Amino acid sequence: MDLTLTAEEQAFRDELRAWIEANHPGPKPDSDEAAFEFRRAWQRTVFDAGWAGVAWPQEYGGRGATLVEQAIYGEEMVRARAPALANGLGLAMGGPVVIAHGTEEQKQRYLGPILSAEEIWCQGFSEPQSGSDLASLRTKAVRDGDEWVVTGQKVWTTLAHEAKWCMLVARTDPDAPKHKGLTYFLMDMKQPGVQVRPLVQITGEAEFNELFIEEARIPNDNIVGGEGNGWAVAITTLAHERAGLALALQMELKQLLTAVIERAREQPYNGSTAAADEIIRDRLAQLYIETEVLRLNAYRGLTAQMKYGVPGPEGSLGKWHWAEINQALTELATEIEGPAAMARDGRWTYEFLRARANSIEGGTTEILKNIVAERILGLPRMR
Amino acid sequence: MNFDLNDDQRAIKQTAREFLTRRYPLEEVRRLALEEERGFTDDQWRELSELGWPGLAVPEADGGQGLGTVELVVVAEELGYAVAPSPLHSTTSAALLLAAAGTDSQRERALAPLAAGERIGTVAVWDDPPGRSPSEAMLAPADDDTLTGRKVLVPDAGAAEIIVVVGAGGRLWLIEKGDRVEVTPTPGLDPTRKLYALELDGAPADELRGGNGQTVTRAHAQIATALAAESVGIAQRAMEMAVSYAKDREQFDRPIGAYQAVSHRCAQMLLEVEGARSAVLHAAWALDHDPESAPLAAAMAKAYASDCGFRVTASSLQVHGGIGFTWEHDLHFLLKRAKANAHAAGDARFHRERVAELIGL
Ligand SMILES: Cc1cc2nc3c(=O)[nH]c(=O)nc-3n(C[C@H](O)[C@H](O)[C@H](O)COP(=O)(O)OP(=O)(O)OC[C@H]3O[C@@H](n4cnc5c(N)ncnc54)[C@H](O)[C@@H]3O)c2cc1C
Repeated sequence: MDLTLTAEEQAFRDELRAWIEANHPGPKPDSDEAAFEFRRAWQRTVFDAGWAGVAWPQEYGGRGATLVEQAIYGEEMVRARAPALANGLGLAMGGPVVIAHGTEEQKQRYLGPILSAEEIWCQGFSEPQSGSDLASLRTKAVRDGDEWVVTGQKVWTTLAHEAKWCMLVARTDPDAPKHKGLTYFLMDMKQPGVQVRPLVQITGEAEFNELFIEEARIPNDNIVGGEGNGWAVAITTLAHERAGLALALQMELKQLLTAVIERAREQPYNGSTAAADEIIRDRLAQLYIETEVLRLNAYRGLTAQMKYGVPGPEGSLGKWHWAEINQALTELATEIEGPAAMARDGRWTYEFLRARANSIEGGTTEILKNIVAERILGLPRMR
Repeated sequence: MNFDLNDDQRAIKQTAREFLTRRYPLEEVRRLALEEERGFTDDQWRELSELGWPGLAVPEADGGQGLGTVELVVVAEELGYAVAPSPLHSTTSAALLLAAAGTDSQRERALAPLAAGERIGTVAVWDDPPGRSPSEAMLAPADDDTLTGRKVLVPDAGAAEIIVVVGAGGRLWLIEKGDRVEVTPTPGLDPTRKLYALELDGAPADELRGGNGQTVTRAHAQIATALAAESVGIAQRAMEMAVSYAKDREQFDRPIGAYQAVSHRCAQMLLEVEGARSAVLHAAWALDHDPESAPLAAAMAKAYASDCGFRVTASSLQVHGGIGFTWEHDLHFLLKRAKANAHAAGDARFHRERVAELIGL
């Protein structure tokens, strides 16, 4: 066991840190659209300097870094308060899935534009009738020569309004058992058969959308992982989503925590400050510990992944734990804030509201607990 | 970075698991806890000593094995997993404090025999009545350099020949059995670790003056981390018992583990056990390699593992239903040891307050 960074890891960190310092674009603009373009430009800068997709193979534009270096990358970006990269879903899921299951042509075609943010990706899994029970999805694809014709509806599709490509899971064999009849496609969003309608979230923002798909066309070459193999590919996508999320988000959590601690030290409270209140101290200390535990678990998981390959179901633990901590922390932040939390424009009020989605997005906490119980502990499947 | 045991550490873990499984099946744990006055036999102690465990983390110069805190917690976790009644933790605790603060002559006289397992040791922390925190001890020597007063909840003092006494301001004294100290048993919550009260009546105050604040703080952190590791092992065992029971036991025509109220409970156990294990390994590593972050890391580990130990064993009891509440079932040994561990060496609340101070709250 050795928790220090190796010489290479340290060199990687120092080089990156210096680069971010020299290239940080400053605070992001306020409006949603301008903010997105700002993040897209930032990703382009990052890409041009060779810092996008650090853990991807070099032949596809990545840096061939180790998973630990990738984690360092996330930590450094968050520490420097650098803007998030625009193509989050492509980087966290689309790319890794193409690398794991795609053909050589697909790798050559798709990976570069993901890294440069020239082509934004979205994830078309959930449907109005199929959320947690993803395998029950109904969007159907019918073969027509060299193409597939797709009809159906998707929902909660984050970034669909900006996306060029959609990771689409559709039913290609209605007669097969529900997990078997699915195929994983890359669907071009810029076609008449695809209509995107924004959905406004409880925060007032519109990050996600509804997709209405009416006889959209997808070339047969855009299948990833083979016809009928969509479920396995979707599971890879979700494993990457959860493993990646747990690591990236623990660092954001840490920053949020620092901000709450600072706030608690200033906030007047019962004649002193919130930080001096015994109960607040105890709860904040506990959340600090939980955040550290989340981080340590994530790093232990990384060591395991470097030894044994693909991310396992353990990512579910991290995603679930993160949601729990983030929700508790933002709730405590509003308590520290006191009556001012009733005003809508406060930072903590926003964070409190946004955190409500944490236990739903990327798999609900209940589903993650099912996965932990069944796939790690081997308990009987729930019916 | 490599957050995993290395080959040697893995080998230690495996040896410990195999040895403890053989020597401490649950029937033997029960017999020792309920029938042996001291909670262990001389043969068992001799065997642990032959493995070098009492001196595992004691420097080689003092007759120990000179291994690190990581190795110490690896063995401690296994000891917890076996719920083995043994004066090992008490002896290790005394040895760590002597290694941190003993003078040359004290080390020669007391530390070397502890490390070799020739003598059993313990640490007397709590005054009577005990304050909330282990750093509140008030005991102080009289003008003639003797100690008079009462210490309570001292583990394994019945067998211990070497006792390190904690007093006002964190000062430490070395007392040997027979040095004007009377030892009486106290009925304990946890029958796998026997408790005693000490009546000091003018005992010679042989102060440990060889260390400094830092070395002593580190030793206390090692002791707390080792205890936290024990609780991880106990919780791991309780979780495994719950999971296997949930697969076997059927109600309403299906295994109870098919009900989410039960399976999600088990998932929660895993979350806490893995988290506590990460925190303990991190603390142990920091104690060996990163002195700056070690106090915070150890406080986090003891706080988290204290809660985890009690919650997981209690949750396992719930999964077992009525049978889990019986004297006949073994689960109560785990619950009681985890609960007692949670209170020893500073409880979760105490260590969270440490965390609050250390992170600038
Ligand atoms: C901010 C946000 C962004 C999102 N982005 C995307 C995206 O980009 N692409 C995409 O495809 N999807 C996205 N989603 C959708 C998300 O994956 C789904 O919302 C989620 O999987 C749950 O599905 P559902 O909303 O239909 O809820 P349901 O599945 O209907 O669940 C409702 C409730 O029932 C519980 N439940 C359901 N089944 C079980 C069970 N077997 N056991 C116990 N409890 C159960 C759930 O836990 C939940 O509490 C996003 C969601 C959010 C909130």
